[in-house]
Formats: sequence, structure tokens, C-alpha cells
Amino acid sequence: MRSVIDIKDLSIKEIEEIIAVAEDIIANPQKYAHKCDGKKLATLFFEPSTRTRLSFEAAMYELGGNVLSVSDANTSSASKGESVSDTAKVVSCYADIIAMRHPKEGAPLVAATNASIPVINAGDGGHNHPTQTLADLLTIHREKGHFDNLTVGFCGDLKFGRTVHSLISALSRYSGIKFVLISPDELKLPGYVKTNLSEMGIEFVETKDLVEVMPDLDILYMTRVQGERFFNEEDYLRLKDSYILTPEKLTTAKYDLCILHPLPRVNEISVAVDDDPRACYFKQVLNGKYMRMSLILKLLEVD
Amino acid sequence: MNIDSIKNGIVIDHIEAGKGMEIYTLLHLDLLDCSVAIIKNVNSQKMGKKDIIKIDSQIDLDMDILGYVSPDATVDIIKDGKLCEKKKMTLPEKLTNVIFCKNPRCITTTEQELPNIFNLTDKKNRVYRCVYCESKGE
Repeated sequence: MRSVIDIKDLSIKEIEEIIAVAEDIIANPQKYAHKCDGKKLATLFFEPSTRTRLSFEAAMYELGGNVLSVSDANTSSASKGESVSDTAKVVSCYADIIAMRHPKEGAPLVAATNASIPVINAGDGGHNHPTQTLADLLTIHREKGHFDNLTVGFCGDLKFGRTVHSLISALSRYSGIKFVLISPDELKLPGYVKTNLSEMGIEFVETKDLVEVMPDLDILYMTRVQGERFFNEEDYLRLKDSYILTPEKLTTAKYDLCILHPLPRVNEISVAVDDDPRACYFKQVLNGKYMRMSLILKLLEVD
Repeated sequence: MNIDSIKNGIVIDHIEAGKGMEIYTLLHLDLLDCSVAIIKNVNSQKMGKKDIIKIDSQIDLDMDILGYVSPDATVDIIKDGKLCEKKKMTLPEKLTNVIFCKNPRCITTTEQELPNIFNLTDKKNRVYRCVYCESKGE
């Protein structure tokens, strides 16, 4: 049974196929309106999330399928102490596919190992979030037309930002990619990710200064400094406003810069940037739904 | 210091000095009924100092544990008082319940019946990562 826990579970060819189907869904939505008739998606969300859960549910409804939903861990059997593996076995009896978000890293892998239906990781702690990466990739593909020879800036929380780690991992497979890592010292990209980049011969620079590197960037991926990833409230309050993107900071940026953000935004992108044609983060949300539709079709082996 | 040679058993030689007791514990040699000798800080031309464990019985050893704790160790199989096989250790590709994940966000911290599995991700630097959360094993 095929599951997607990590973006690396998908080959470059498979990602290209998922993008091609997503593009076809965008062009011909009616063609896909009944592809999942009679199928059920179980969204098991053991951690607060609005947009990812709604995106999965909207994706399944637009394919003609139905949704079974757990959106509050306190009202599920997990609050009684049921293990992830038991939950996966039980839900396999009711649904055709699972989308799982869990605060514990590795929980979706445990679910996939025990379920008899495909499991999609919808975010596990600070670890992986492959469908956000698929949304990011479709947006880059639609805005730039290619993935190679891009200079990609990541700004904000690069330590705990699971979307950053997943996108770096996905883009590392393309030639001519260069990463610019913009963060305070406390939120730098983990050493093992940088070691992997070095071993793959991928160029990257680290800086604390967003303005200085702005003219070099083809893509700017902004992230939120997430309070729930910190053990220490003081550290969070000190660092949360570290990098705020404003129209003034964009004056030296390329005319075709693509600004991405996995959302939700707190204040790291000024709302004044929203009207800039280079702001692509709301398109990214819509693209996420199309990529989730495409992924569901792939994992359910629906033609 | 003399320890009687064994007729049918196993000699774990070239153990990094100081690791003998750890290996004794991890291999659960305390549960054996036969004679077991741990010899610490033996002079060694190659290693300076080394530990040796002698087991007076033919048992199945968990080579993964041995390879992880002391990759330069050798295992000598003794039959009828003669060395009949010498095995060299290699770093195991996978460790199960040898080291434990210390990442407080890892699923293994709340679901304690899950096996702690680590994969070798960097042979040169002996780096193992948890299969669930990819944290570095220590």
C-alpha cells in the first residue's frame, strides 16, 4: 500500500506526473468531479489546523468523494490513550485513504506501517509536511516554469520550519539550485540539512540580512516563527518579529520574484505586500488543493 | 594476569578499552549460566589498551550491538581449543532497541511499545538517525 510520509517518497518523475494532473484539474475541473465517487477520505488531525484540513476536505469533495473527520484530539479515542497504530488499523476499516496531522514526529509513519490503506502525512511536529511542498512546487512551476537554476531564499524560522526542510529536500534534486538561508542564529537551518547540501555539492549561503540578499533571489520563501515549536516563551517573544517583509524591503527585488509563505501569516509579511503581483502566497493555497486532489488520485490509483 | 583458555566458546577481542562492561550489559551476558570473563585494560600493540570478553559457551551474539559499540572488535569462535573462525565487525546498517531517541517530539516518547529503530545515514561519521523523526542517535 503506497503512502506519502516524506516528499522523498516521491521521485522527480512522480512529482512531475502529479503536477501534470494538477494542471489538468485546473484546466478541466469537470473531468475530475466524479473520479472519487463512493470513496472516503479520513482526515485525522491531532493538532490544530484549519487550512490543511479544509484543503484536504475540499480536495476530496471536488473529486466527488466523502470525508470522515477527526479535528480535535480531545474528542477522539487518542485522548483515551489509543495508540497511533491501533487508530490506523481501525480507520482502515472505515475509509479508503487517511490524511494525518500529529504533533509527534514520526506518527504518520507509524500509521502508514499499520494501516491497510494509503496514509498521507499532513504534518508531523517540526518534521515533514510533504503536501505543503507539493503546493510550493506547483506554485513555483506555474510562476517560473522550471525548477532548475533558481536562487531560492528561505527567511525566518529555518530550524523548526518543517515546510522549509521539505522544500529544500525536494529542490535539492534539481540542477543549478542555490539556497540563501536568512535567519537569526537561534533559528538557523539544522546542521544535518546543511551537511546533506554540502555532500550533494549544492551551493548555499547563510545570512542574517534579508535586504542585502534581496536582489539575488528568484524565490523568497517566508516563514512564521511558530510559538508552539518553542519550549521557552521568552525565546519565542524575542525572535518572533525578527524578519518582517515590507514593500520598502522589496524595492531592490527582481521584477519576477515569487514570494511564497506556507501560511498562516502573523505579521512577517506586511499586508501592504499582498497587492504586489510578486506575492504568490494565496495562489499557493489554491495550488495546494489541486496538488492534494492529484495526490489522492495517484494513491487511490484512480485513472 | 592469566585467564584460562576456553575449549568451546567465544572470545570478543580488540574491544575499545572501557567498553567491555557496556557490551557485557547490552549483550545480556549476565543471563548466561556459563563462565564469562571480562578483562579490562589489556596491553595491546595495536590499540595501546583494549578489553576482552571470554565466553565459555557457543552462543548467538548480536553482532549489530557489537559493531555499533566497538566496530574494531573481533569475534573468535573457539572449537576444541582451536580458533576456527575470526569475524570482523562492521557498522550495522540498522539498530533496533540499542540506542533510544531523545527527541521529546518523537512518537517513540509517547508510544513506548514502538521499537526504537535507527538507520546508518553517514558511515564516515558513524551517524545514525531515528526512522521516525530523523533525529541523530546518541
